[in-house]
Amino acid sequence: MSDHAGPSILPAEMRSASLRGYIFGFAGSIVLTVAAYLLVVGHASTNGVLVSALVLLALVQFGLQLVFFLHLNMTTQQKWRLYMLGAMVIVVLVIVIGSLWIMGNLNTRMTPAQEQQYMTAQGGL
Amino acid sequence: MSAAEFAAGGQTDARDGEVDAKAIFGFWVYLMTDCVLFAGLFATYAVLRDNTFGGPAGYQIFNMPEVLVETLVLLMSSFTCGLGVLAARSNRTSQVLGWFAATFVLGLVFLTIELTDFQSLVTQGNSWTRSGFLSAYFTLVGTHGLHITIGLLWMAVLVVRILKTGLTRGNVRRLTLLSLFWHFLDLVWIFIFTIVYLMGAARV
Repeated sequence: MSDHAGPSILPAEMRSASLRGYIFGFAGSIVLTVAAYLLVVGHASTNGVLVSALVLLALVQFGLQLVFFLHLNMTTQQKWRLYMLGAMVIVVLVIVIGSLWIMGNLNTRMTPAQEQQYMTAQGGL
Repeated sequence: MSAAEFAAGGQTDARDGEVDAKAIFGFWVYLMTDCVLFAGLFATYAVLRDNTFGGPAGYQIFNMPEVLVETLVLLMSSFTCGLGVLAARSNRTSQVLGWFAATFVLGLVFLTIELTDFQSLVTQGNSWTRSGFLSAYFTLVGTHGLHITIGLLWMAVLVVRILKTGLTRGNVRRLTLLSLFWHFLDLVWIFIFTIVYLMGAARV
């Protein structure tokens, strides 16, 4: 559908959208989704390898959809959206890794008796 | 068209372009803050994942073929939503309405599968009150489902608006923002699918 002529009322940010891009993003996402699903159902590898493979497939699909569905690119117009995305990724990593770190630490340092005592004193965890 | 009219048209176009740019960037900032909300819920889920309190663990309650269908339905709705935006570029109103109707139906199918699943969990006694794991699960997946519901309402309102006033510049702008929202929900689902369902089913 790149055959349109004249000015478009579509916002400039969306003009990089193309049928080929959508089809590529869609087909790629299906392949990545089904591949991840088959890995789990077949349970073909050890846990560590499986987790790394799943995370990798998810991140590739994330990038694919950002580019082909949300039309993120390096042009001047989009640069600020990219910076916002970067800031978001940092905050998300701090929240997720920080929570797991703190709660994991708490979990290993407290004995069940201490946990019970804490729960009684605080009325819950 | 006289030179003056042409210049006026050019100015309107530039002004509209500026409004578009501000709206899209503003909406993008909202989407990124929404990511932070989901990050909080993902972190909670990751922490509480193994706290099943004698209740079922993920691999015992997830119906994986159903989850795969759900995922593919949402992915397809993301695709039809994109085709709707493309149709808006070439000013084809009936095509826009058709693609967004398809997106709406697919979104509704996704939501139906999810709610049916929630209902069967609750009737089996595995509601959010059962364990820390189930609280976190219902909150995370339910918040995504709530976003989908809001997206569907927005879509319904916008389709009626386009039926009444046509593909105006403002309506196309709203359509663009809605498409960003819808694709964003698909992005979040990639991680729900991977972290909650796949890693849950694989017991890793």
